Formats: sequence, C-alpha cells, structure tokens
Amino acid sequence: MNLIFDMFPMALGIATPIIIAALGGLFSERCGIVNIALEGIMLVGAFFGSVICVLGEPIFGVLTPWIAILGGLVSGCLYSLIHAFASINLKADQTISGTALNLLAGGLTVYLCQLIFNAQRSPAFKESFVKIDVPLLSDIPIIGKLFFTNLYPTFYVALALVVATWFVVFKTKFGLHLRSCGEFPQASASMGIKVEKMRYIGVLISGALGGLAGAIMVLTLDIQFSTLAIHGVGFIAIACLIFGKWKPFGCLAAGIFFGFSQTLSKYSGSIPFLDKLPSEFFFAIPYVLTIIALIIFARKSVGPKASGEIYDSGKR
Amino acid sequence: MLNKKSPLVISLIAIALGLLLGVVIVLASGYNPVQLFSAILRGVFGINLEAGTGFNGRYFGEFILASMPIILTGLSVAFAYRTGLFNIGAEGQVMVGSMASVCVAILVPLPAGIHAVVAILAGALAGALWGFVPGFLKSRYNVHEVVVCIMMNYTGMYFANFVLKALPGSEQTRTATIPATASLDSGFLQNITNNSRLNWGIIFVILAVVIYWFILEKTAFGFSLRATGFNKEGARYAGLKVQRNVVSSMMIAGALAGLAGGIVALGTFNMGRVLLSFENIGFDGIAVALVGACNSVGILLSGLLFGMLKVAQPIMQIYGIPKQIGEIISSSIVLFVAMQFGIQYVLGKLAQKKIEKAEGGTPK
Repeated sequence: MNLIFDMFPMALGIATPIIIAALGGLFSERCGIVNIALEGIMLVGAFFGSVICVLGEPIFGVLTPWIAILGGLVSGCLYSLIHAFASINLKADQTISGTALNLLAGGLTVYLCQLIFNAQRSPAFKESFVKIDVPLLSDIPIIGKLFFTNLYPTFYVALALVVATWFVVFKTKFGLHLRSCGEFPQASASMGIKVEKMRYIGVLISGALGGLAGAIMVLTLDIQFSTLAIHGVGFIAIACLIFGKWKPFGCLAAGIFFGFSQTLSKYSGSIPFLDKLPSEFFFAIPYVLTIIALIIFARKSVGPKASGEIYDSGKR
Repeated sequence: MLNKKSPLVISLIAIALGLLLGVVIVLASGYNPVQLFSAILRGVFGINLEAGTGFNGRYFGEFILASMPIILTGLSVAFAYRTGLFNIGAEGQVMVGSMASVCVAILVPLPAGIHAVVAILAGALAGALWGFVPGFLKSRYNVHEVVVCIMMNYTGMYFANFVLKALPGSEQTRTATIPATASLDSGFLQNITNNSRLNWGIIFVILAVVIYWFILEKTAFGFSLRATGFNKEGARYAGLKVQRNVVSSMMIAGALAGLAGGIVALGTFNMGRVLLSFENIGFDGIAVALVGACNSVGILLSGLLFGMLKVAQPIMQIYGIPKQIGEIISSSIVLFVAMQFGIQYVLGKLAQKKIEKAEGGTPK
C-alpha cells in the first residue's frame, strides 16, 4: 500500500502534461485539424517557459514558475499559428505541416538556446514548482494521500482544464459549433458558421494548451531545458486523446493510466512479477494499447469524422 | 489535382525560401550569412577558402555517407505516398531494421560476403514487418496509418533497444562490434575517399533507387499502386486489389526504411546503438520525399541536398553559427513544400472555377 502512495504522486506528475496536451489535441481534432505538431509545440512551450524561469527568477521571485508556464502558453499559441495558417489558409496537408513543425521546433529551440545561453541546454532552474500538500483535504484517509499529498499544484490546473474543456466543448453553443466543424464542415457552413474561423480558434487553443503542457512538463519533471525535454510526450498525448475517445474525462483517465505505466517502469524492480519485465516494456505500453484501441474503435465511429480533411466549401 | 505547376519548380521555390529564411535568421542573430555557404562548401568538398585548402575526398565521402540513409527513407516515404499513404513510420522501421541487421550480424555466423547481404536483408524484412502493421490495419479496419505509424515508431524504438541490450556482449548504450564478415566496410571506397567511412551500403542505395523507379514506372504492379494512390475508389472500380495494394505498399516502404537502418548499423557504425530518442533518419525521409516530388531522380538529388545540410552543420558550429540552423533550414523547406501544395491547390481551384482569371496568381 505504501508503494502505491509513493507511486501515485509521481504518476499524476507525469500525467499532468500528457492530459493538458491531450486536451489541446482535443480542441484541434474536434474542429477538424489533426495536430501531430503537439510534440513540437510542447518543445517550444518548454523552451520559452525555461527561458522565462531562468531569466525572470530575480524579478518575479516565487511567482516565476507560474509566469513561466504562462509564457509557455503564449509561445505555443503563437507557434501553432503557423500550423493554422498552413492547414487552413493554404490547405496544406496537416500531417506534413505538423511534421515540419515538429522538426522545426527541435532546431529552433536549441538554436535560440545557444544564442541566449551559449549552450545546448539552459542553466538549471532555481525557482521551480514545489510539491505541496493541500491543507485539510490531505488529511482525508486514503484519498487524501492519493490525490492531495506531495503533488505539484499543476495537477490541479490540469483537473480544472479538463472540467473547463468539457464544459466549453460539450455544453456551450461555441463548443457545438466547434465540434460541427470537425464532423461535417460543409453543413456547419450552411448554418452560417464560419468554418475557417472556428478552426483557427481550435488550433490556437490547441497550441496554447500544448505550450502550457510543455512548460509545465519541463518545470516539474526536469531541472533544465534540453532538446530531450519532451521526448515523445506530445505523441503520447495524441495516444491519450485516442484512448480517451476524444473526450475530456477520457483524456484524464487515459492520461493517469499512461502516467502510471511510466511510473511502473521505475518501480517495477520492487514489485514481484513485474521485476522480470524490462523497463522498455512499460514505456511501450501507451503506444501498443493505443494501436489496440484504434482497432476496437474502428467499427464504431468514435473520433471526429472530418478531422484531417482539408476543408473544401464546394464539397457535398 | 496537384499537378498544376511542375513539381520541380515548387521544390526549387521551397529550397530557395528555406535558404532565404536561414540567411535571414543568421543575419538577425548577428552572424555572417556568407559563412553559411562556405560551411556547406567545406562540409561537402573540404574546400576551405580562408585557409586555402583544396578538395578533400574524406569530406565528400562523408557527405555521400550522410545522404545514403535519408535517400532510402526518402524512397520509403515516397513509395507509400505514391499509393496514397503517409509513411510517418519510417523512423521506427529504421530502428527495427537496424536491430534485425545487428542481430543477424552478431548471432548468425556466415562466410564473408554472404553474411552482410543476409544481415541487410534481415533488416529490410524487419522494416517490412513494421510497415505491415499500419498497412494491414489500414486495409482491414480502415484505421488511419499516420496514427498507427507514430505508435509503431515508439514501440519500435523500445523494442529495438530491449533486443539490442539483450544481445551477447552488449553494454547499456551499444552492442559489441559486429564481426568483420558482416561489415559493409570497403577498403576500396575508403581509399578513393581519403579514409572516409563510405562503404558498400552505397550499392544497396543505388539498387533501391533503380528498383523504386522500375517497380513504380515499369510494372503493372506499380501502375496499380499509383492508380490506388491517385483515386482509390476509381482503382477499386477498375478491379484493382486496393486493399492488397495498401498492405504491399506499406511493406515495401517499410523494407526500404529497414534497409536504411541496416546500412547505418553495418556500414557507418559497425555496431548496434541503443538510442534514447529518434535520430530523425525517418523524418528526414519525409523531407527528402516531398522535395524530391516522390520521383526517383528527384529523391536522389534532394537526399544529397539534405545530406549536404547535415555535413555542413559541424562546420557551421566551428564558424560560431549554432549548427541547428541546418535543421531550421531543412524543416522550413518541408513547411514551404507543404504550403506550396496549398497554393497549387488554390490555383487549381481558381482555374477550375474560372473565377477572376486575372487575379488567379495571388491566392490568399
């Protein structure tokens, strides 16, 4: 039991950026644009978050990490503007544009890192996020120890964003319009919805959340920025989105589950049965499960129907 | 639909725009853009104008060496693309290909000559198997190949690392050096290139380019693949086996990428490497394929172009320009190709609708 109490905060810490980035993917895919650039957007967010954290530390003091993740959010949003422009205005293949942005992010961030810090990596963070115990709630038996003890506050940001995303996408008129653009944009257009505008909003929110996720990831799980800061979590987020059936609470559950599978790789040595398995096995779990999930979902139409399709207003 | 402008023109525009962006970024960060080009000259030919040194074969050999795997992954991505599939899984196929080649090299004792060929073919087979999964899921369950490919990339990386570490004599980051019988090392090629690492892998690359061209342009099978890529429903209506085509196309694409992994392991490094992250050999293939317009000669040339940017990177770093400028240029070229496709499309739509003929050249 103690082992579970140890593992839980770590799993939730790893899950936090996965969940937030998956929500970003949700906004983008729901409006009809595939965003495999999440990985690159997260890297950009992580980079600008790190820069603000390192340079802003003397100015902002304890508030530094919060301002840093805000900077990550803005930078991710701006970076995704390229994806939006290419795939909406220029009708580029969204997969190609996304791939280009992923490659560009790797080059651009380290290039800027060399300009600013004269090194491939940023200096170590001084003011980073600190783990907290939530007062009162952490005293609840079991649940208190699982969800409210020794956790980064950013996990609650992720929780809030899940609820907010659910409300915005599924309970508001705006959300309905957004989703319609991802299902049958021609029909949306016939109802007077501006498909291009909705898709722009979707991609930009996606970029903002991706940037936020990247900044949170580097400031909670890492001590400095390097080119390995994100190492595939953007793609895990896409897996999480699919595994969570393109729904916010699904993303939350899938994110926590994937967080656990990664945590297990670190703890497997002390768990009987699991200590025989190589750590690679646990790292591969999210990806293998997602392929299986895709096969199961294939017969039912789970995802947004028009996602990835170039919007052609003349098509019936 | 996308053939309104010559692909060559589009690629050249994209390359020019990419280089221009590179120059602008270098200028904006306070460096001398001329050094960008002298780095390329020195990286490819070894010619150093400042020091006055002339052509050095080793640089040229290393330049060809750097281009070889990305030409193969370029062929891989392009082969799938011609069938209407996007093989973003070349990265994983490279890794399992590399792993399989090293396994055969280390575990199966064979006489010199045959050993290397069998090991390389094992790599191609493993890549084909890795390509089979997204191809099969696409044809059987209509699951989008891009997502499956991405998942297969990471699965492939962890799987390959696990196997490589389990081989006899392996350390945490690498396997034992492969036996000389399985190595692609070539004394002859090393001699004529002043001791570069250029190796017999080049034979496989040339063969692959020729086979790619032959299958797609000269066989009924290739025609059927291209027809599937051009119009799936039309191909089905014409009685072509669309589903079988999807699977075989992804398998051939996977084999080409697996081959790339094989020649990197047995030729360049003579060992299997445990990698913590992607090397982008597969993703570079996407750039090579797109800039080469999925044409065999085009891929060869664009592979050399991206190889050129790769070998220029360390020299740029020597000149004080962060070497990542090379990555920025190559990825922005891809972005511009993607955007050019969009512009073509808009141009095509405008011409098709015959609206405002005069203003057709300035789409938004």
